[in-house]
Amino acid sequence: MHFGPHLLLAALEGLVTSAVLALTALGLSLVFGVMRIVNVAHGEFFMLGAVLAWAISTAISGHPAIGFVAALVIAPLMVGLVAFFAEWLVLRRLNYNPESTIVATIGMLYIIQQLALTFYGPEARPVEPPFSYRILLPWFGYSGYKLSVVAASAILLVLTWLVLTRTRIGLIMRATQYDRETAQAFGIPVERVYAGVFAIGAMLAAIAAVLIVPISQAHYLMGQDPLLLSFIVVIIGGLGSLRGTVVAAILIGLSDGIISMFFSPTLAKIIATLVVAMVLVFRPQGLFGTTQR
Amino acid sequence: MKDVSLAKTYALHIGIIALLFVLNFVLPDYHQGLFARIMTLAVFAMGYNLLFGYVGLLSLGHAMFFSAGLYGAGLTVYHLGWGVPEAFVAGVACGALLALVIGLLALRTSGVAFMIVTMMFAQVFYLLILYFAAWTGGDQGLVIQQTSRALNFGSTSFDLTNPTVRYMSALALFSVVLFITLAVVRSRFGRVLVAIRENEERTRMLGYDTVANKLAAVVLSGTICAAPGAAYALLFGYIGSSFASVQYSILPLLWVLLGGAATTLGPLIGTLFMYYVTDITSGFTSAYLLIVGVALILLVLFAPKGILGSIRQRWLGWLP
Amino acid sequence: MTPLLTTKGLSRHFGGLRAVDGVDFALMPGEIRAIIGPNGAGKTTFVSLLSGRIRPSSGTIVFDGADITGMPAYRRVRLGVAYTFQITSVFANLTAFDNVALPVQRTLTDGRSKGQVRAGVMAALERTGLADRAGTLAAHLSYGHQRLLEVAMGLALKPRLLILDEPTQGLADSEIDNFIVLVREIAKSATVLLIEHNMPVVMDLADRITVFNSGKILAEGTPEQIRADVEVQDAYLGATHG
Repeated sequence: MHFGPHLLLAALEGLVTSAVLALTALGLSLVFGVMRIVNVAHGEFFMLGAVLAWAISTAISGHPAIGFVAALVIAPLMVGLVAFFAEWLVLRRLNYNPESTIVATIGMLYIIQQLALTFYGPEARPVEPPFSYRILLPWFGYSGYKLSVVAASAILLVLTWLVLTRTRIGLIMRATQYDRETAQAFGIPVERVYAGVFAIGAMLAAIAAVLIVPISQAHYLMGQDPLLLSFIVVIIGGLGSLRGTVVAAILIGLSDGIISMFFSPTLAKIIATLVVAMVLVFRPQGLFGTTQR
Repeated sequence: MKDVSLAKTYALHIGIIALLFVLNFVLPDYHQGLFARIMTLAVFAMGYNLLFGYVGLLSLGHAMFFSAGLYGAGLTVYHLGWGVPEAFVAGVACGALLALVIGLLALRTSGVAFMIVTMMFAQVFYLLILYFAAWTGGDQGLVIQQTSRALNFGSTSFDLTNPTVRYMSALALFSVVLFITLAVVRSRFGRVLVAIRENEERTRMLGYDTVANKLAAVVLSGTICAAPGAAYALLFGYIGSSFASVQYSILPLLWVLLGGAATTLGPLIGTLFMYYVTDITSGFTSAYLLIVGVALILLVLFAPKGILGSIRQRWLGWLP
Repeated sequence: MTPLLTTKGLSRHFGGLRAVDGVDFALMPGEIRAIIGPNGAGKTTFVSLLSGRIRPSSGTIVFDGADITGMPAYRRVRLGVAYTFQITSVFANLTAFDNVALPVQRTLTDGRSKGQVRAGVMAALERTGLADRAGTLAAHLSYGHQRLLEVAMGLALKPRLLILDEPTQGLADSEIDNFIVLVREIAKSATVLLIEHNMPVVMDLADRITVFNSGKILAEGTPEQIRADVEVQDAYLGATHG
């Protein structure tokens, strides 16, 4: 293959990564934006979504599409439920203190990971894609499913944006984000909003995982990379900005895809991580919104 | 009243060291080995505690300082054939230098950003170890031969693989760092560090360069954490990338939280407790991470002051 | 006599708001100067600029002949500009002794003996009448005592200029009387600049009064002159007292 088609393939792969990353990072960004806490267990909600998707799709017989659709509906709901209880049992009692919640979500990370290892096992398991149509390009064939992932992610992002900007729920969320005390004074049930936001954040990660699992298999350690990449996206994109998150996700996803195709993936990760750390060091105020001083 | 508590403090600390000394001759082989490991890792926790407990800076990247010591000592022995003392110094120096650089960068941030930045730098360090697998052995790690792990004083030679030598070396390191911590905590510098934890702005308005003081604390903490890393390579003969992973940044946090942040003996108690909980439960479950996770959550929920912190609050106000 | 502290065209803008707007100000050594003015007049911003807690948008600050405009706050403290906070911000989890030991140990340049620190701390605590509470956690002190502790910390810095931001706020009348005696005592060895809302305290203590309004100096003079000033009465005295 020549350089051009090679680059196109890399860009397509990067676009799929971007699509999934945008959803995952949006979940993290919502939680940080509204609740002002860093959810280190976010990657594990992603993993949980993938593992549940495998469990559900293998439990349902018949055409793979039926199992997949069932997984797409049920897995995120289950993950949302887990997140809801985690918030209710732990985070609320910590009064959302930033440092305590980080320690607590690290605890959740280990618990979820261990439970997945115990009940699901150390193997990587595939989920069959709902359809296996290949789009034939002049140089190579490309998976139609992968492109549909991009489309699905785009639709979900637009939906989220509509909910945030055009509905009463979105207004309540933004009010809570802006000023917790005032929101409470105006009769907004802040605690319920927080629980809901935490669950929705986890569900976004779970949906992203269900979408990706036919491509990349479910594994109990698969949550680590999305967590780190989501951090990077949220930092680069700026907090609470949906547009920033999407742009940063595309940027990171594409460069990740292209750099990994030509360089060692480890080197790509080293460079990306170092760059983001430096951005945080030298421009923390611009990238972490107004929370830092 | 101050002098009485001072006498009590020294009596307690010397007593603990004496007890650990005696345990060497009492403990069965398996537990003697475990204790040597626990004392070494407790030093790691003590270095972490200095920054987290006393200055209030929560780092999620201290594994890089431990590993800087581990690899600084291990690689010089493995590749350059250095002797044990030189390698130990090399390891500690690597940790000090790394801490200086990381401190200069990371201290430009605070709060949540500080945690994430330290975690990211540690991740870069971890990935670098994997990337340079040709020299570091990557995730397989390297085993340092018994022959290179002998400490020579003139004609006498101590074999660090001997259980008693290993135990006593770990105890010596532990004792030295314990008294360094005690001295720092009781010093004027220690008082300033606590003041920064309580209210940095106010401390600045008392004429203190708080950034310089925090930098000094990061370097001291990183250096102390590198020492057990270097000791680990030399005493246990293995270096591997897992010691640089995020998990090894979380563990000292867990040990310190468990034992009691901002207490001199908390790190030892936390490490000891956690090691034995893991050891005992490993008989009927392999779910090590589950225990770590549950312990973290229970601690922040119900005992944020840890074991020794709670004891100090209830009964023994003089505990340092 | 040359002034201890002068500002020229000192300004600080927050967005479009001119919190401090081109202030020319001079403070003589040894005087007790009060700054008064309605809420939002820029008093706290002004003294924050002097102490270095915030940076000016423009203008210069000269202390004892040296330009300190760009100097970090902690170095100004070392030069002798001490600031006590409007909201009590003693170290709640430290004892009164340790609170005062922090400024004392920094000003000690000779020797490293613990005895010296102890002597310095007890002297500052005795001057403020807190000596018998040295071992008490600051959080367990009464509000009035916390304010005194704040002053003791300022004193222990051996300042040449002590800036007190609303020191009598929340104090009982009897405590205020003691406080006035204390400030007079301090003024023997240091210049005092205080922001104060309590007019009897201001009239009793101040050698001169500077009135702020909308980020600018509206008037300046002796307590009698200020009392007689019609403009001041309109802007401030009239507004808050009738």
